[in-house]
Amino acid sequence: MLRQCAIYGKGGIGKSTTTQNLVAAMAEAGQKVMIVGCDPKADSTRLILHSKAQNTVMELAAKAGSVEDLELEDVMMEGFKGVKCAESGGPEPGVGCAGRGVITAINFLEEEGAYEEDLDFVFYDVLGDVVCGGFAMPIRENKAQEIYIVVSGEMMAMYAANNICKGIVKYANSGGVRLGGLICNSRNTDREEDLIMALADKLGTQMIHFVPRDNTVQRAELRRMTVIEYDPKARQADEYRTLSAKIIANKKLVIPTPLTMDELEGLLMEFGIMEVEDESIIGKTAAEEAVAK
Amino acid sequence: MQEALNIKDHNGLFELERYKESQEAKKAFEKWPTEDEIEKVRAYTCSDEYKEKNFGRTALTINPAKACQPLGAIFAAAGFDGCLPYVHGSQGCTAYFRSHFNRHFKEPFAAVSDSMTEDAAVFGGHKNMIAGLKNAYALYKPKMIAVSSTCMAEVIGDDLNAFIKNAKKAESVPADFPVPFAHTPSFVGSHVTGYDNMLKGILFQLTQGVEKAPADNGKVNIIPGFDGFAVGNIQEIKRILKLMGVDSIVLADNSDVLDTPLDGTYKMYAGGTTIEEVKAAKNARATFALLPDSVEKATKTLIKDEWAQQFFASIPLGLAGTDAWLMKLSEVTGKEIPAELERERGKALDAMTDSNYYLHGKRFAIFGDPSYAEALTDFYMELGAEPVHIVVTNGSKKWAKAFNKKLSESSFGKGGKVHQGADLWHLRSLMISEPVDFLVGSTHGKQIAKELDVPLIRIGFPIFDRHHLHRYPTFGYRGIINILTWTVNAILDDLDRKATFNNDFVR
Repeated sequence: MLRQCAIYGKGGIGKSTTTQNLVAAMAEAGQKVMIVGCDPKADSTRLILHSKAQNTVMELAAKAGSVEDLELEDVMMEGFKGVKCAESGGPEPGVGCAGRGVITAINFLEEEGAYEEDLDFVFYDVLGDVVCGGFAMPIRENKAQEIYIVVSGEMMAMYAANNICKGIVKYANSGGVRLGGLICNSRNTDREEDLIMALADKLGTQMIHFVPRDNTVQRAELRRMTVIEYDPKARQADEYRTLSAKIIANKKLVIPTPLTMDELEGLLMEFGIMEVEDESIIGKTAAEEAVAK
Repeated sequence: MQEALNIKDHNGLFELERYKESQEAKKAFEKWPTEDEIEKVRAYTCSDEYKEKNFGRTALTINPAKACQPLGAIFAAAGFDGCLPYVHGSQGCTAYFRSHFNRHFKEPFAAVSDSMTEDAAVFGGHKNMIAGLKNAYALYKPKMIAVSSTCMAEVIGDDLNAFIKNAKKAESVPADFPVPFAHTPSFVGSHVTGYDNMLKGILFQLTQGVEKAPADNGKVNIIPGFDGFAVGNIQEIKRILKLMGVDSIVLADNSDVLDTPLDGTYKMYAGGTTIEEVKAAKNARATFALLPDSVEKATKTLIKDEWAQQFFASIPLGLAGTDAWLMKLSEVTGKEIPAELERERGKALDAMTDSNYYLHGKRFAIFGDPSYAEALTDFYMELGAEPVHIVVTNGSKKWAKAFNKKLSESSFGKGGKVHQGADLWHLRSLMISEPVDFLVGSTHGKQIAKELDVPLIRIGFPIFDRHHLHRYPTFGYRGIINILTWTVNAILDDLDRKATFNNDFVR
C-alpha cells in the first residue's frame, strides 16, 4: 500500500536534507519512493539528482503556456536508486502566489497518473510553515496521511512545530491525516534529546528519531549528494537508515494535542531555554533601570 | 382602449435629433479622434503587418471563445432533481453565471454563493461554508447542494472536502445530506472542464456505497455535456431512445429546468435526474457521452474505472456522426434501429441534397468548443462546404493536432486550419486576410460578422441576441435539418440582400 508522508518544520531546520537522506536510505533498502518538493526554492531533490535545481512544474508550465500542455516525463526525474523526483516550484520572493503553485503541481501529478505507478512511499517536502491553504494541499484527503515534523532544541523551531500541530488538528478532525512523530535534527543545544522527547510527549506523539549533528552531511551536500550515497559507511548514514526503518515500521499515528503558549513557555523554562519572566523589568528603559539600581 | 405609445426601438431612438446633438457634444468634450483617424487605425488593423503583430501576442487575450469552470459546474449541477448549485467564492461571479444562463435560455436560473469578501480571503472561507450551507439548506430546501468554487477560494487554497465535513459536524446540514463538490478554478481549463469536474463530483458522491451488481440493468446512461442546445437536444435524444426501445438515464438532465412553462408558479427545482436514477446509473450497461470535451478527464475516468462500464464519447451530429452513434447504440443494446429513424435519415439526406448547391464549395470559419467545432466542421464538409479557419480557445494541443491531420486528409478540409488557443481577435485577422462566405459560432461573433459583412450562423454558447434556438435540436437527423435550415437560409438572405439584378423568387 502506498504511504504518503508530508514533512513540515521551521524554515532552515533541515527538512530537505533530512528528507533526501531519509529517502535515500529507504531506496537503498529497496523501497520505491517519490519526492514532491512543495517549495518555490525548489531544493528538495538536488541531493538525489546531483543537480542545482530541477526544472519545476510551474516553471515549465509558464514556458509552455499552461499546465495542460505539460507531460509527466517533462517534470518527473529519476535519481539515486530510482527515486522519483518532482518539484512544484513557484514565484520569486515578493510576487505571485506560491501556495497556488503547490496546488497546481500536485493536481497535475495526480491527473497525469504519477501516483499510479508502483510506489511504496511519497514524501512531500513542504516549505517552512503551513502559511496558507496551498501549503496544506499535501495533507488534504487522499493525499499525505502521515506528517513528520523536523525540529531541534531551539526555541523558534519548537514554536513552529507546535503551530504546525495546530494546523494538523484542523485537518485531522475532518479527515484521516495524523502526526507520525517529531524528527529531531540536532543543533547540539543543551539537553536537546530530553527536551524534544518531552515536547513530543506533550503533543501526544513520539520523537521518532534523534539525528545527531555530523559534518559528513555538509560534506556530502557540497557534492550534491546524500550521506547514504557519498559515504555509505559513515556513522551518519546509519542514523538515516535507522530513521528510515523506524518510519517504515511506524504505527503510532495520532491527532496531536498542541500546547498553549503558556504551556510551551513553561516547558522551555523547565529546560532552562527561556528564563522565568521578571515582571518588574517590563517597560523599563535602561535609564530607569540605572536609577533603580 | 389603450392609447398607442410611440416608443422608439434602439435604432430609431438614437437617430432623433436631440440624441445626435448630445453625441456630437460628447465627442467634442471627450476630444474624439476624427472619422479619418478612426478609419486610418481600422485600415491598419486590416493589414498583414498588423496580423503578424496580432498573432505575436503573448500576454493578452481578446474575446476568448470560452467561459470559466464554475459556469460549467453549475450547468451540470442544475441537471439534478432538487439540486441547488452553490458557489464557494465571491458573489459577483455567481451573479454573472446566473445572468449568462438567463440571457441564453430566457429562464430564471437558481444558484447561490457564500459571498466571500476580504476577510474570507485572509482567513479562508471556512466560516462562509458553514453559514452558507446552513442558510441555503434552510431557505431553499434542496435535496442536494452541489458546491463548486471560484478563483478567489482556489488561490487561497480552500479545501472543499474538509470544509464541507466540518460544516456537517457543525450541523449546517444533516450528516447524510448529499453535498457533492468540485474544485473549479476559473484560471484552469474552461466551462467544459468545470462541467466534467462537477458531474464527476456528483456521480461519485451519490454512488458511494452502491454495490456494483454482477449483471448490468440493461439501461444506458446519456451524458449530454455542456450544450447551449441542451433543451432541444436532450428531448431529441430521449425521443430517439424511446423509438429504439432503449431504457436510458440522462445524467445531468437540465432540459426541464431550462424550459419551464409559464403557469403562474415559480418552481426553483423543475425536474432533472433523481438521486435514485444516479444510483441505478452505476449498474447500467454503458455510458454514452454526447460531447467528448465535457467528460474528457474526470467523468471518463470515474465511469471506466470506478463504475467499470463501457464508455463511448461521440457526438450524434451530422449524417456520419448520427449514423455512427446509432449503430454503436444498437450494437451495445442489441436493439434494432427502427424504420422510423431510417425514414428520418432519408428525409435529412433529402434536405441536404436540396440545399447542396448553395453550400457546395462555400468557405466558412467556425469558433466554439472543441467537440462542437469539430462535429459541425465534419457536417459542413458532408455538404461540400470548406472549412478555412477553426478557432478554439480551449481544447488541447493534442486534439488540435489530430483534427488538423484529419482536415489535411480530406479534399474539402485540406484548406482548413485549427487555431487552438486563439481568440476572436485572431479570428478577425484571419477572416480579413482569407475571407469566408459564412461564420459559425455564438453571439460573440456578431461584431466580426457585421464589420466584415459575413452571415453569422448562431450555433454555440452563448446566444443572447436570438430567441428560442436552444429549443431546437442540433443532434440526430432532425438536428441536421435544423442546422441546414439556419445555414442555407442565412446564406440566401445574404444573397438577396446583396443582389443587384438577380432577385429570383425561386432559390
